[in-house]
This record gives sequence, C-alpha cells and structure tokens, in this order.
Amino acid sequence: MTTMQKLLQLPVNAVNIVKTVQSQVQGQEEDKSPVLTPDGGQQAWYSALQPDELRHLRSGGTGGGGSGDQEEKAPLEEGGGGGGSFQNQPLRHDDLKEMLDSNKDSLKLEAMKRIVAMIARGKNASDLFPAVVKNVACKNIEVKKLVYVYLVRYAEEQQDLALLSISTFQRGLKDPNQLIRASALRVLSSIRVTIIVPIMMLAIKEAASDMSPYVRKTAAHAIPKLYSLDPEQKDQLIEVIEKLLADKTTLVAGSVVMAFEEVCPERIDLIHKNYRKLCNLLIDVEEWGQVVIINMLTRYARTQFLNPNMNESLLEEGNSGEKTFYGSDEDEDEDEEEKEKKAEAAAMAKRKPYVMDPDHRLLLRNTKPLLQSRNAAVVMAVAQLYFHLAPKAEVGVIAKALVRLLRSHSEVQYVVLQNVATMTIKRRGMFEPYLKSFYIRSTDPTQIKILKLEVLTNLANETNISTILREFQTYIKSMDKDFVAATIQAIGRCATNIGEVRDTCLNGLVQLLSNRDELVVAESVVVIKKLLQMQPEKHSDIIKHMAKLTDNIQVPMARASILWLIGEYCEHVPKIAPDVLRKMAKSFTNEEDIVKLQIINLAAKLYLTNSKQTKLLTQYVLNLAKYDQNYDIRDRARFIRQLIVPTEKSGALSKYAKKLFLALKPAPVLESPFKDRDHFQLGSLSHLLNAKAGGYQELPDWPEAAPDPSVRNVEVKESVFALLERVTTLTSVPEWTKCSSREKRKEKKVEKPFYSDSEGESGPTESADSESDSASGSESGSGSEESGSGSESEESEEGSESEEEEEDEEEKDKKKKKKELKKPVQETESEQSSEEEERKHERKHERKAKPRKSDSESESEEEEEDSESESSQSESEESESETEIKKKKKAAESKPPSKPDKKENKKEKTEMSLLDLDDFEPAPSPQVTPVNTFLSNSLVTDLEGLSLSDTVLSPATISPSSALKNYELLHRITGEGLSVEYCFSRQPFSPDANMVAVQMHFTNNATSDTKNLHMEDVKLQSGMRVKEFPEIELLPAGETTTAVMGIDFCDSTQAANFQLCTHTRKFFVSIQPPVGELMRPFFMTENEFRKEQGQLMGMNEITEKLTLDAKCRNEHAIVQRVTTAANLSRVPCGSDKECSPPVPPPDHPVHRFAGRTVTSSSLVLVTVATKEEGAAQLTVNCEKMVIGTMLVKDILLALTQ
Amino acid sequence: MIHSLFLINHTGDIFLEKHWKSVISRSVCDYFFEAKEKAGDPENVPPVLQTPHHYLITIYRGKLFLLSVIQTEVPPLFVIEFLHRVADTFQDYFGECSEGVIKDNVVTVYELLEEMLDNGFPLATESNVLKEMIKPPNILRSVVNTLTGSSNVGDTLPTGQLSNIPWRRAGVKYTNNEAYFDVIEEIDAILDKSGTTVFAEIQGVIEACVRLTGMPDLTLSFMNPRLLDDVSFHPCVRFKRWEAERVLSFIPPDGNFTLMTYHVSSQNLVAIPVYVKQSISFFESGSCGRLDITLGPKQTMGKMVEGLTVTIHMPKTVLSANLTATQGNYTYDLATKVLVWDIGKLNPQKLPNLKGSLSVQAGAPKPEENPSLNIGLKIQQLAISGLKVSRLDMYGEKYKPFKGVKYVTKAGKFQVRT
Repeated sequence: MTTMQKLLQLPVNAVNIVKTVQSQVQGQEEDKSPVLTPDGGQQAWYSALQPDELRHLRSGGTGGGGSGDQEEKAPLEEGGGGGGSFQNQPLRHDDLKEMLDSNKDSLKLEAMKRIVAMIARGKNASDLFPAVVKNVACKNIEVKKLVYVYLVRYAEEQQDLALLSISTFQRGLKDPNQLIRASALRVLSSIRVTIIVPIMMLAIKEAASDMSPYVRKTAAHAIPKLYSLDPEQKDQLIEVIEKLLADKTTLVAGSVVMAFEEVCPERIDLIHKNYRKLCNLLIDVEEWGQVVIINMLTRYARTQFLNPNMNESLLEEGNSGEKTFYGSDEDEDEDEEEKEKKAEAAAMAKRKPYVMDPDHRLLLRNTKPLLQSRNAAVVMAVAQLYFHLAPKAEVGVIAKALVRLLRSHSEVQYVVLQNVATMTIKRRGMFEPYLKSFYIRSTDPTQIKILKLEVLTNLANETNISTILREFQTYIKSMDKDFVAATIQAIGRCATNIGEVRDTCLNGLVQLLSNRDELVVAESVVVIKKLLQMQPEKHSDIIKHMAKLTDNIQVPMARASILWLIGEYCEHVPKIAPDVLRKMAKSFTNEEDIVKLQIINLAAKLYLTNSKQTKLLTQYVLNLAKYDQNYDIRDRARFIRQLIVPTEKSGALSKYAKKLFLALKPAPVLESPFKDRDHFQLGSLSHLLNAKAGGYQELPDWPEAAPDPSVRNVEVKESVFALLERVTTLTSVPEWTKCSSREKRKEKKVEKPFYSDSEGESGPTESADSESDSASGSESGSGSEESGSGSESEESEEGSESEEEEEDEEEKDKKKKKKELKKPVQETESEQSSEEEERKHERKHERKAKPRKSDSESESEEEEEDSESESSQSESEESESETEIKKKKKAAESKPPSKPDKKENKKEKTEMSLLDLDDFEPAPSPQVTPVNTFLSNSLVTDLEGLSLSDTVLSPATISPSSALKNYELLHRITGEGLSVEYCFSRQPFSPDANMVAVQMHFTNNATSDTKNLHMEDVKLQSGMRVKEFPEIELLPAGETTTAVMGIDFCDSTQAANFQLCTHTRKFFVSIQPPVGELMRPFFMTENEFRKEQGQLMGMNEITEKLTLDAKCRNEHAIVQRVTTAANLSRVPCGSDKECSPPVPPPDHPVHRFAGRTVTSSSLVLVTVATKEEGAAQLTVNCEKMVIGTMLVKDILLALTQ
Repeated sequence: MIHSLFLINHTGDIFLEKHWKSVISRSVCDYFFEAKEKAGDPENVPPVLQTPHHYLITIYRGKLFLLSVIQTEVPPLFVIEFLHRVADTFQDYFGECSEGVIKDNVVTVYELLEEMLDNGFPLATESNVLKEMIKPPNILRSVVNTLTGSSNVGDTLPTGQLSNIPWRRAGVKYTNNEAYFDVIEEIDAILDKSGTTVFAEIQGVIEACVRLTGMPDLTLSFMNPRLLDDVSFHPCVRFKRWEAERVLSFIPPDGNFTLMTYHVSSQNLVAIPVYVKQSISFFESGSCGRLDITLGPKQTMGKMVEGLTVTIHMPKTVLSANLTATQGNYTYDLATKVLVWDIGKLNPQKLPNLKGSLSVQAGAPKPEENPSLNIGLKIQQLAISGLKVSRLDMYGEKYKPFKGVKYVTKAGKFQVRT
C-alpha cells in the first residue's frame, strides 16, 4: 500500500479505489475464466510453471520479441505432456500481474512486453488495466513507455481507472526534461476520456508557451486530439493555434498547420500574418509538415490572389488545344459565348493589366526547390500548387518531377498517374516531351497500364498520333485482356478526337473483329459503333460485316451495339436488317436483357421504316417481350407497342413515332474519365476517388478582385517596430530599459571584444548615452510614449495600426528635416568646419561613382563620429525620427508648426550630426564632436581597464567607413521630377538576415505630389529575393523621404530589376551591388583568422601586389579605404604580440579584415601586408572565387587611387 | 490522419494492428480482402479503397500488405510515402521487412510505430533520430540488457529532433573515418523486335555510406554535372549550392543513405550494352513452339558484362520447355510460367545461346503474343552515362577521412519485345 501510494502519489482513498476495483476485476475474471479464451491454450504453459521457474526462463534472455513465438509453441508441448491444464486464464493474467507488482524492473518490462505483444496481435488485455496503470510512474523509461502504449489503447474503455494516472502526467508536465514533458503531454492528450478535457486544455495552453520547441510541437499535435474529443473547445483551441502559428521555429510550423487544418480550416484570416514566414520557413520544415503547409497555402492563395492566367485563360482558352481536340459541333454552340467572354476579357485586360502579387510570387519561388524532394508526397504537393496557382507558362516545371515519381513504388505510380491524367487534359503540352516515359511495359501491373494508356491517349495529337498508334498496336497483342480492351477504347478515343486518323483506326478496329478473343472483338464492336455514328453513310459495308458477326459474338454489350447500329442505319442496309431481326426473334428468349431491349428497339425502327416486311416479326417480338421476366422489358414492349402500332386509342404521339425513333442522334463524345476532375484539388484523396471525402476543403475559385494584400504586411511592420523598439532602448529611455540595455552592452563587450571596441562601445553605448543626454530635454516627455510603444509590440493588431500612423508621421518628419537640412548646408560658412566641406566634396565624387578619395582625414574627432555613426546606423534612421517625433509633438503642442522648425534648426542639427551623418546631407556642428571624443576616449580607457587590448586598439583600429556611397537609381529628369538614390546602409536587414539592406532616398523635385510609391514586377535571377519597401503613400512636391528594402543577392552581383511605380508612372530601375556590399562584418581574433585562412588556400586564395597610393600609407587610411570598399570588419592586430613570436616590424604592419557573405555566410578574409616604399601585398581568401576575384579588384582600386 | 495500421501477410492473416486514435475493428479489412480477391494479383489491388465509413490505403512490400485506415481527406501519397517509410525503417532495423521478423520483434515494432506517428501525424521518421530513441536489436545488447536491466529506450530527446539537421545524431565517433559513394546507374529501355530502341533512359542513384566523426561538412563535385537532367536529393543537400555551382554540399546523416537520384538528360543517346537476337514462335498445329535466343555485347565501353539474366513470362498455355544453353543454366517455373536463364559473364568470343522447343497445352489456341524478354545485367566500374565524381572535400573536421567512389551500371526495366 505504501509503496503504491508513493508511486502514484495519490491520496489514500484513491489507492483504495484501485484495490477495490482490482479485486472486483479479479473476481470477474475468475468467474469468466473458462470463456475468456481466444488464446486459451496458452495459459497452460504458465500454469505448469512456478513463478520462480518463470523468472529463470525470463532471465534466460529471450527478448521481448522472442516471447511471442514461445507462447505460441508452448501450448503444443504442453498438450503433449498432458499436464494439469485445468488451471487456466486467470492464473496466467495473475502471473503477469505478479510480475508487474514485483520490484524488479526487468520483470515489469518482461510483463509489459508480453502485454504489448498481445495488444499488437489484437488480443484483449483490458483486464490487466489496474495492474498496469500502477506502473505509470515507473522509473524505467521503457516500462513507462510501454505502459503509455497500454494506457492509450485501453483508457477509453476504463475511464475511471485511467483517471488514476492523470496526476503522474500532470507532474510530468512540469519535469525539467523536455522529453518527459512532451511525452506526458502526448499521452495525456491521447487518453480519450472526456472528464479530463479541462486538464488537457490547460496542459496544452501551458505547453504552447513552453521553452522547448519540441514541447510546443507536441502541444500542436495535441490540439486536434482534444478537438476530436470535445469540439466545444474550438474557440479556445483556435486561440492556441493562433499563438502557435506565430511560432518561428520550423519544428512547430508543420504540426500547427496540421492542427489548423483539422480544427479551423475556415479561419483563413489567421494565416495572413504568418503567410510570409511560412513561405520562408518552408524549405526547412520536415517533409510531412511541408506537405500540409503547401496544401494549406494553395487554398490560401486561391482566396487571396488574382488568377495569374486571368487574361490568357479567358482570351485564349477558346483556341487552346482542348477545343480543337474535342468534337467540332460543340464549338459552334460555344462560339458565341466565347466571343462574348473574350470581348469581356479583352476589355478587362485593357482596364487592368495583371500584376502578380509579390506574395504570390514568393510562394511559387519558395516551393519550387521542393520539387527536388525525395519525398513523393512533397513533390506532388508542389506540383498541385503549381498546377492550381502558377501562370500557365511556369507550370511546365512540374512535369519533369512528376515523371521522376513514375520510377517509384507502384502505389506511388498509381496516384501520380491519376493526377497526371487530370493534368494532361488541361495542359497537354506540359507532358508531351515525356511521352515515351508513359510507354507501357509488359511487366507493369494492369492498373498502372490502364492509367498510362489514359495519359497516352490524352497526349495524342496530330503530330504524335502515328507513334502512339504504333505503340498501341503492340499493346493489342498483350496477354492481359483487360488491358487490350482498354487499348481498343483508347484507339477509339484517338479516332474521335483526331479526324486524320479516323479511317486508319476504323480499319484497324475492323481487323480486330476477326480476332480470336471474343473480348477483343466485343470491345472493338462497341468502339466501332461509336465511330460509325460519326459518318454512317460511308461505312455501310462495315455495318454489313458486323451484321454477320451476330452469329458468332456472344458478348451481350457487343450484340446490343450491333443491333443498335443496324436499327439506326437500317436504311443503309435495307436487305440485311429484316433478316437480322428474324434471327434475333428466334433467339430472343435466350438473350441477355440489354440485348433484348435492343431487339425491341430494332424491331420498332424496322416497323417504322419497312413495315411491310417486318410487321409480323415485330408483333412476335413484342409479344415475347410482353411476358418477359424483366419488368423493364415488359414496360418497354408495352410502351413501344402503343407508340408505333396505330390504334384508335393511341394519341397524337404515335404520329411522331418515326421522328422520335429515327431522329438524328449526335455522335457520342468519347471523353476521358478524368475530364473535369480538376475541380478537386489535385493530389487529394477526393481527386483520386472522384468523390468528396470527409473533411475535404473545396479549392475556392479565384477572387474577382484581390483582397487587400496589406493584411500580410504585419510581419514587416513588426520588424520595423522591433527596430524602433531597439532604438528606443538606446536613445531616451525609461530607467529600467536603460539598465537592461547597459547590461546587454556589457555582455557584448565580453563576447566580442573587437566589435565593442571598434564600433560597439565607442558607438552605440556612448552615443546612446550621449544621445539621451543631448535629448534630455525631451526625455521626460518621451518616456511615457516609449513605454507605451513597448507594450504595443505585444498587442498585435492595434499596435500595428498605431504604428502605421507613427510611420507616416515619421516620414513627414523626415521630409521636413531634409528640407531643413538642405538649407543650412547651403548656407554653411559660419557653422561648418572645413572637414565638412571636404566631405561634401567627397560625396560629390562618390555620386559620380568614382571613388576618388582625397584628404587624410585621420583626425580623431572625425573618426569618432564615423565610428559612431556606423555603429548606430542601424538605429540611426529610426532613432533620429523618433527624436524627431518627440520634437514634433512637443512643438505641435506648444507652437504653430512652421516657425518652431526653423528656430529649432540648430538644435536639431546637432542631434542630426550625432546620428545621421551618412543618411543625410552632412551637417554636424562643431559642438558635438568634442563631446563624442570625450566619451569615446573615456570608453577606450574603460576598455583598457577590461584588458581587452592595448594601445594598438586605439582609435585607429576602428573600422567603419566614413561615408556610404550613394548610387543613383532614378535621375530626376527620367523620373519626371522624382529622383531616387540608394545606398547600402550596411545594417542588418532585420526581416531577413540573408538580405542586404538598401536604403533609398526619394526626392520629389516635381511641382505635384507623388502618390503610392511602390515596387512592382521584380525580375530576379534565380534564387534572389527581394523584400519590398512599404508603399509610400504620399510624397508631396519638394519633399524627401527614405525607405529601406532588402535584397538577397544570393552572393552574386547580378542586378535586381524592378519597376518603381507611382500612381501615374512606372520606371524600370535596377540595383546592382558592388561586391563589397555582399558581405557583412564578421568578428574574429587573429588566431581564428589564421586558422580560417589556412583552410582557404589554393584556389580560394588570390594575391596581388600593389603600390599604395601616396595618401594612404598610414594605417588609418588603409583601414578606411578597405572598409569603404567592402563591408568588412577589422581583425584586431593587437593579439599579434600576444601569440605570434615574430613580431612584425611596427612600421610595416599587416592589416586583416574579415567578413561573411550575406547569403551563404562564406568567409571573406582580406589581408593587406605593407612593405617599404608603399609597396604592399593584398590577399583575399574566399570560398567563393568569383567574389574573391571581384573583391580584389575593388580593393586594389580603392588602395591605389 | 492515419487512424490505424494493420499488417497483413500474403495469405490474408492480420498479424499486427496498431491504432493511433480510437480502436477500429479489424473487420474493416474485409473490404480489402474482397478487393484483393477481385484483383487476383496482389500488385493489382487498388492502393486506395473506399468503404462506407473509412478509406483504406494499402501498400504491398515484401509479400506484406501494410493497410492504413483513414477517415478524412488526406493526400494519398502522404500516406503511401509514409507506409513505405515504415517498411524502410523495419528493413533498416531488422535487416528485412517480413512477417517473421516483425513477429519476432513485435515490441520494438510497436515502440517504433508509437514514435513515428502521433495522433496519426508523422512525428519522427528519420532513422538516425529513431535509432537514438529506440536502439535496434542486436544480440549483445539484449544480453547486456537482461543482465543489467537497462533498456532499449533512450531517455533524452535526440538532438537531431531539435536541430536544423534532424538527420544526423550528435556525438558521432569512429576510429576509422570513411566515406563511400556508390554511383549506380540503371538503364531503362524498351527494344522492339528488330532490336531498335523504342525508348531508353538512364536513372542513377548515389548511395552513400558515411562514417565520419563529428559534424563533417562534405562537398561532392562532378566532372560533368551538366549530364544530370533531373535530380532529387536527400534533405541534407543544400539546394542553393546545387543551383548555383552544381556541387553537392551537405552535412551527411550517419551511416547509409541515398544522397541523390538523378535522371540523365534525354538528349544524350543511351548506350545499350547488349544486343539480343531472338526468335520465339508457336506453331498452329502440333502444340509446340520454338525458342532461340542469342545475346552479344554491343556498347560495353570495354568492360565485362556480368550477372546476365534473361527472364521470360511465358503464355499460360506453355507447359514445359526443353532447351539447351551453351552457357549458364535455365529454369522454368511451371506455376508462374516464368523462364529464367542465368548466364553469368558475357563472353564476347563465344556468345551464349539458348535453343530448344516449348511444349504447349494440347488443343489450346496458339498464343497471340510472343512473350517479351526482360534482361538483367551488371557492369562494374562503369557509369554508363559517363558521369564522374571529381572530388570530395570535407570541411569542419580536422582528420583525413578515407574516401571511395564506386561505379556500377545495371539493367533497370530493360525489356525486349518479340
């Protein structure tokens, strides 16, 4: 009792329940025992052995697996021995119970293994429940797992007892080991006991915010379980799903989408915010998750985007293969409609040219690589996505992948062929190049053969029909008769569809009529009948030939077909027809029903056309039919008699009997059974069965007009917001944030000594502090706002809205600022230092894209500024605007807006210079720099205190470049007043780390406002991606604004082409990155650098000798120029002295720079070794040789000019 | 998704059942048995069946049926692919996927199934992950386990499950570090009566056996990657690198795996290594037929053709075969009507020939179609497409691994129509 209590940690009374129930169960067992035996014989084995012996046996080492067989063999032996087999079942189960109760884990394990083996074989082990459930808290993990297996299997049947195990799981949910937490949740949620629904709900909610993604995944799995147990929990579960959908780990994504599909597939709105994330994660999600996500996104895309074939499908469909393919008479009817449609479409097309939503493109692009998956289900999922969503021209890519699947297992082939069959009807051209892959081998299973035949038939057209028919000829000789029959059908379809070969086919089929196999003949007859219907007058001889066949052919369908033919075209064979009827009348009673009906039919038709000869025969047949056993036939006979034999009673109808019977009948259209199956989502079970399966979600039609695409924008804003938030912590902050940011900074220092020194410390920390200091005036006012915005990030939607507003404001502010800034720059003289002028100068040069640097600008002051601006760059824009907002608000509160701007000008400028050197026209004021110097100097000393490095690390090591080059994207003349410049801001692009951030400056030089500035029609090399900048709604005349976009150049210098659209015009523009911008700084120590360099020798190393430009022989200038040319960070050379014995002469230092390429994170190592007389050697080590070579050129240029 | 799984043997006994949701009676399998009866050949049983309340999706592997019960819409390939993965896992664990071996290891099988699916949705299907959770059986371990009472089930979460590379387990250690790659190419071809090629293509696969310590990052490059027309990869292969540079860059799983499969572009003419001269004829009267087959080398690139076999599915009416082979020997299975001629190495000097008479059931009509010949062959040291691995580089680890590449060409579905 006590041990059990311990085990279960249950209150005493609970244990009592166990006991009592146990005894009850035992009692029952004993009562039942003789009956309870599907495997009754086996008990004997146990009964004959004493428990001790049993133990011997077990320790003898038969693993759990072996036991099964032994059990099976044992009774035989036992039976032979004839031992006391009157003891039975209960003892055996008792035995197991005893083992379960023992202290030894090995015995428990053995018992559990046997029990599980019983479950596996479908034997009932439910009466062991009480004994098993006690072991739920067993320490041995394997025993525990087996107990779980048992519990999940039987909990539903023994709900009360199952409840005893719950507390264990509840404890498990709090275990520090994530595996235990997860498995506890898994089992808990698998127990289908309604009472514990609230507990499950709680557990799921908790697990959904667990630290471990594995536990969160388990939570996602648990959601549909709970939903199926109690659908009333739906609303709460949706909340959990919504939360998990926002999860950023690939582990969770697949599972939560699966839960979404099972619980609330109609809540498509939950996907909006996660759409882009899902697209981007997709490639890293595990295979099964990919399938589910892709299927869901297909549906999503159908509701959110416009039909990419909108214009073509309406304009061209009428002319596409389909129509010329199928019967000609249909065309005429549809022509009118077609025309109307076309006209409509044309009008529509004119009105609104189709532009693909970038999100739509994103989906297509990110799924495409998955066509290369080894998992057939993934390939199929992508294929159906492309089929349903891609523009016509792009669907072709899936054909190759699908053909590849035909090499797989026959079940896979079966499913793929079904889908290919459907696709070939819609898009025949796609599979035409792979025609031969569908050729049939004699060893294929019949069902595969028939499907391949279907595909071949669908692919047939005028050009390839001769090859296909030749292929069919071999098939007709096959031993597989079902397949032969299908081939004949296929030939018939080719003949109806392709007029040119109709006669050839018909002749071929007629030849088959003399085949020895009756099935073949019968099938041919049926098909010939259909063909003849198209042009009967030409082929009366065939009809005669077939009439003769009635003597031999016994297959009812074929006989019926022949009779119908003769009746229908009795005028073409006037002599034979009555004779056939005579024969048929004779054998009428022995015919099958279907033939009988046709005999009646024939009789009626003959009576109407040739009543003289056939009147009596018809009467005779009708009389026979009148007394037939089948009521259909009796009915038909009565009906026909009334209709054709005129009596006084017969109504007006009989006058029209001839018209009724011998009306011109349209030729049948031989259609593929796969026609129109594509209204089911391809790849689905419903499509395969051609019937709606339970839980199938209809694939919605494309919307007429695209719903607002901005609903998916949330992510971008979030990231912008995150940025904003970060800025706020760095600028003016409430006390607590400041504190935490300091802490962070300290961490940074420890981890990355170089960074912290070169830019980090002198940069963000101090600037942050100094920032807040300088902005102290506004701090009190802004503090509250800050905290407000902080909380906003958590509230999702409201937050984003208000954000938008904020953004707008920001933009306006920026514009104003620019204006303000320009003026002072022009005025300059009084305020600006000579340095500034120089810099301006420099800028101008740069704009002409000639990086000609003059001047030795090694002054520490400026350096300070530079480093600072660099470091705070990522925040600069935002932070600056932040402060601006505050300013503005304050200003707006106090004074009318126009005046204060000017007055504040000065003050703003000072701030500007702190933050914004690179982004805007330079306007630093002299007051600021000293402050900076002071601060950073103090920091350097601080750092020295931290013993990170020594004097070598002095300001000169600071890497960042002074200014960023601006490139022209759109000249104001071509842009009709709109001019756009861009620069590579060298900040991490937060929405996607693989992208290079490109900062664009828009200036509206025109007299009118520009609206709706946005990007469209991005044309990229494969693999490249673009994150567009958010649309700029309004750019008033004369104003300036900036926006940031991200481009993943895939480590190539290929240009990204796109259209810049305003509300009136579109401009084709392209952004081409200099190679130096394709990397990001990477910190490493000198030792690491050497190690890495050692691994990138040979092909990966490029060395050039050069003579340094006279102006750049000092250390600072070199660093300056290299870092301007490429976004690299300097490797601290202080460590040189520490570790490498041969100290290089101080006057010929070696400079090292390191970075990683943005997309593939390949290392880029640059070494500049200086020698006498300005000679130097430049070495670049990079895994990507192309990048290496280009980089060498660029740096060479930078250093020598 | 997947509700229940039944394992059914060739004779129609259900020998294992597993339910992931509520229990479904095994009587649901009756619909399957009905369909199986109707289809005759197990290969012709439709993989997807509809019953009034359920859908049955079945695969046939190694004389076993794996039958899964589905209740709602699910992509059928999803289930089929998963079932094959289950069978692969059994094969991986126990060496084969057969009734006997599953019955012997029923508990391990059950544990595996439990881990592979949760609520019918695949959970862990990577063999490396599974092997960390449930150790594959081996004699030594079972002895140790019985003595020490330790268990076969791991108690920590496999690292693979959490990392970005779920296919590799952490802390791999070997004393001999080796990486072997087998480039195996199969020729799929249909030749017609006269020996002209109706259709031929080359399908290749690179099987790898990698036993390397730590976290090696491998790069495999080809001399002529342009040959490859269509490829599919193990998830470990970085697709972007392939797109950009046509090299295979990957952190390999531990042990054996299929690195990639490929298709050689169809523009290239496919070399057919052997030619076949055959004449099979049946006479209208006398209920007998003649058979005469000769094989010879055609385009073998100077390599030896080995393991040559000819398999013929005879018409049902052929009772026996009385043949003489100049090389190798032949067997004729009366029950399945399959004639197998095992030749072995192809000797270009003395071409193998099989000749003789076939006796046909008396009174039966002459078979209409001549049976087609299925050729099997093997050429060592040759990739028939000409594909060559140029080099294998390893990053991320310091030791020098032992590397090896092997090429083999085989006949795939190589059929000669007669």
